[in-house]
Formats: sequence, C-alpha cells, structure tokens
Amino acid sequence: MTSLPSHTDKKLGLVIDLDTCVGCHACVIACKGWNTENYGAPLADTDAYGAKPEGSFLNRVHSYEVQPETGAAQLVHFPKSCLHCDDAPCVTVCPTGASYKRVEDGIVLVNETDCIGCGLCAWACPYGAREMDPVEQVMKKCTLCVDRIYNENIPEVDRQPACVRTCPAGARHFGDLADPNSAVSQLVAERGGMDLMPEQGTKPVNKYLPPRPKDEVPEFDVLGPYLEPVAETGTGFVAWLDKTLSALPGGAK
Amino acid sequence: MHPAPSVIIFTSLSGLGFGLLFWLGLGQPAPTGWVGFGFFFIAYALAVGGLMASAFHLGHPERALKAFTQWRSSWLSREAVAAVATLVTMGIYAALLVFAGIHVAPLGWIGAVGCLATVLTTSMIYAQMKTVPRWRHWSTPALFLALSLGGGALLSNNGWAALVLLTVAAVLQLVAWFTGDTRLARSGTDIGTATGLGGRGAVRQFEPPHTGTNYLLREFVHVVGRRHAQSLRVISFGLAFVLPVLVLALGLTHVTAAIAVLSHLAGVFALRWLFFAQAEHVVGFYYDKR
Ligand code: SF4
Ligand code: SF4
Ligand code: SF4
Repeated sequence: MTSLPSHTDKKLGLVIDLDTCVGCHACVIACKGWNTENYGAPLADTDAYGAKPEGSFLNRVHSYEVQPETGAAQLVHFPKSCLHCDDAPCVTVCPTGASYKRVEDGIVLVNETDCIGCGLCAWACPYGAREMDPVEQVMKKCTLCVDRIYNENIPEVDRQPACVRTCPAGARHFGDLADPNSAVSQLVAERGGMDLMPEQGTKPVNKYLPPRPKDEVPEFDVLGPYLEPVAETGTGFVAWLDKTLSALPGGAK
Repeated sequence: MHPAPSVIIFTSLSGLGFGLLFWLGLGQPAPTGWVGFGFFFIAYALAVGGLMASAFHLGHPERALKAFTQWRSSWLSREAVAAVATLVTMGIYAALLVFAGIHVAPLGWIGAVGCLATVLTTSMIYAQMKTVPRWRHWSTPALFLALSLGGGALLSNNGWAALVLLTVAAVLQLVAWFTGDTRLARSGTDIGTATGLGGRGAVRQFEPPHTGTNYLLREFVHVVGRRHAQSLRVISFGLAFVLPVLVLALGLTHVTAAIAVLSHLAGVFALRWLFFAQAEHVVGFYYDKR
C-alpha cells in the first residue's frame, strides 16, 4: 500500500561508478529492451521514425562538465535510474496504492493495473526517475529487474539487472546495501559512495561513486635534453634550398 | 511545471464552487425555492465541472474509484474523499432547503467544514511537494483557502466578507510571489547536489541524455519569460483582486456584481496559470534548466 514499510529486510539497489562510466548508453538500451519484452506494459515510443521521436525510458545517461577552480575541466557521464529510496515520496503521494515499496527487498514498484495515470508520483520524485508511458498511460519506473534477479529460468550469471549485466565498463553494481559485508556496501565504504540530493530527505538506496582524482603528469621529461629544437635559421646548402623552394609560386612563406 | 489547462480549470472552478457552497452551508444566504435552486446549481456546476476537468488529466479515468482508498497517506486521495463527502452532504442539505423549505442548519455547517477540508486538501497536494520549493510554503494553502472563500463570498452576495477576504487573498498572493521567487535558490538544491559533483567545481550540462524531448521535460520544465510573467502578474492581480474590491467598496448592483465576478474569475485563471508555469521542479537541474 502507499504507506511506506517501517523497515525492509534487504535494501537491494545499484552502485554506479561515475569514474568508470564511459557514457556508452548500453545500459539505456539494455534496460529499454528487457523492460519492453518482459514485466508490465512495454516501454512505448512515439513517432519513432518521424521527425520528433520520443519514448519512455527507465534509465538515462546524462553528461556533465565539471570545471574546478584550477586545472582542466572533467567530463562525467552520469547514468540515472530509480534510486529505490528508503523514504520514497513517490509512494506516499499515490492515491490508489499502485505505487509501493516491497518489505522483503525494498524495491519500489508500480502495480500497473491499479495506476490511474495521475502522474503525481513523478511530481514527487526529485530525480526524474518516473515516466508516464505515452501509449499505455500508466507510470513506468525501474523495477530493479525484479523479473531477472529472482528468475530461476535464466542462467545464474544473468540473474542481475539488465543494465548491470550489459555494462561494458563494469560501472554498475547490484547488491544488498543493507548488508555491510556485501560487495556493494564494501565498494561504497571504500570509494566514499554518495547520495544524490541528500537535502531532499529521500534516503536513496542507490549510491554513486565519485570520480577518482586524475593522475598528475610529472613536470620534467627525461628525453627533453635530447630533443632540443632545431635551429630556426639555418646556414649553407639546406638554408639555400629552403629559401629557394619557398620562393616558388605556392611555396611555404 | 507544465500549466495543464485541465488542472488550471479544475483548481479554479472547484475552488470557487466549494467557496460558494461554504457560504450556502453557513446559511449565508439560505435561499429556498427557485432562487435556492439557482444558487446550488451554480455551486455544483462549478465544483463538479472542475472535478470532471481534473478527470481528463488522468491516464485511466475508468479506475478513478481506486483513488478513494489511500486517504491515510495521500493528499490526492484525501481530496477525493473530502470532495465527494462534501458534495453528498451539501446535496442533502440543498434538497431539503430547496424542495421542502426545511433548513437543517447543522447539516449545512458540516458541509461548510467539508468545503474547507476539500480546498485545503487540494492545496496540500501542491504544498507537500518538496520537489517544487516555490509551492512548499504555508502561503499555498492559505492563498487557496482565501481565494476560494473570497470568491465564494462574491458569488453568494456577501459583500463585506468578500471585500475582506479578497483583500487578505491579495496580500497572501504578494507574500507568495515575493517569498516564492527566491525559494528555489534558498532550498539548497542545485545542479551540484543533484549530481553530487558540486564540491569538485562548477557543474554544467555537457550533453543531454536524449536529443528529443520527453515526459519529464514536458511536464516539469516550463520556462516563462520574466517580463512576460511580470506583466501577467500585474494583469491577473488587477482582475482577481483590485477591480472586484473596488466594485465591492462602491456597492453592488446586479451589473457591477456580474463585472466583479467575471473579472475575479478571469484573474483567478491567470493566477493559476502562473502558479504552475512559474513553479520550478528540481528535476530541471539534471537538464541544467529551471
Ligand atoms: S528515485 Fe524517485 S521514483 Fe525512485 S524511489 Fe526515489 S523518489 Fe521514488
Ligand atoms: S500515476 Fe499511478 S502510480 Fe503514480 S501516483 Fe498516480 S496512480 Fe499512483
Ligand atoms: S535495474 Fe533493470 S529496470 Fe532498473 S535501470 Fe537497470 S535495467 Fe532498467
């Protein structure tokens, strides 16, 4: 129901590494593919081959430029899907009970047969993690691939979210963030995993690993002394040849 | 936020309708016969018409009954329950008054409280949104209530009450504008906290996640030109408050009352358009837009 559980046994979620994400959008496509063919209404597109194509997605990759006070700007690719918040405002605003957070694993889901498509949950989500399907007119959001992670009909290696499974850079990790010994919790502890918009009080389960500092390039160069610039003004035959060729029509001045 | 016509029409009309029902419930006036029928007909046309308009906003109106179930947690569900309970209560009160000439005052009082509850729950749908700092303020419910009761007083010919309430509403509107204009900046949320990268330097969008538009941009990112918004503020303020208050101060006749009501209604529509169009949702930060 639309009241939040006071406690969830597990906190399944994603850890997204902003240092290793290369911005290839493979997770966007894997997510769209899996969630169009499986759980719930397919993720529709409108005007797919026309002038104004658009569609519903559960995961999108933004790209930002960060300019520090000194030094070079840094480019950060930024995948964003539902953060399965502990204090999910999208759940409590829902008038029908269609939006709910599961007690057993903390996954936030929409029961599409109860959804009236009012859109209020998308208003309440600070992260833009919910999109109304343009054809079915029900609210779509990341399911944490609930139909993969527990699915005994697929090989064990595939029992993780489609986006995690597909990421060629290994930038997305899936696990239980309530268990301090899980690989994801260790990663968060080690790399200083952070919350997005902590001031919104949503207590996101998903964490983001900040980009690591860039290596400093050493100032000196061991080959330097052997690579002194060639004399600017030559003498003798080479200088004469250079001058003559330059004087030809179309020659370098 | 996208200023959807259905929501603007809904909040404006049902606000007025429930405002009128409030005064009728208090027995100010308590008209019987055809006059009573006329008053209640207008009130119900506004309140129910507004609710119907809001149903057009839904993707699946045929499941609307489900929206009555989650009143424990959801303001939208509370609004649905309050609206229907109020309309039923006032319907019985009106039927007894209009057709039998029996004035059951306590029933009217209950209905009047229901009207207040309905308008309050509507306003709380917006005021609860942490994601829209402009709305998350006591002035949102206060203004919705003052506008509804003031407009209702105007429609129900309660001249003095209308004069006072519309003046109060005008002051609240100014408070909402002046404090609201800076609330996003003061909320502490910006592109830095949205991305978690703010501590490292100045963050700006390098490339958007999609080339076309999407649901999020259409629904939440609506940029109104500042000059355009300022002039619309002046016009709507004049129509909703200044002109009706002047008319009320000079004394009501049938013609001037009609002018005051129409001017107020037009002003409220424009105010509601601004209420949505000028509201900034924090998701805009992910797109480096306001
Ligand atoms: S990210 Fe948005 S949709 Fe997901 S749980 Fe949090 S508030 Fe809800
Ligand atoms: S759009 Fe659906 S899931 Fe979202 S609040 Fe409305 S009914 Fe609930
Ligand atoms: S967990 Fe599944 S639904 Fe969620 S973003 Fe990844 S692929 Fe999409």
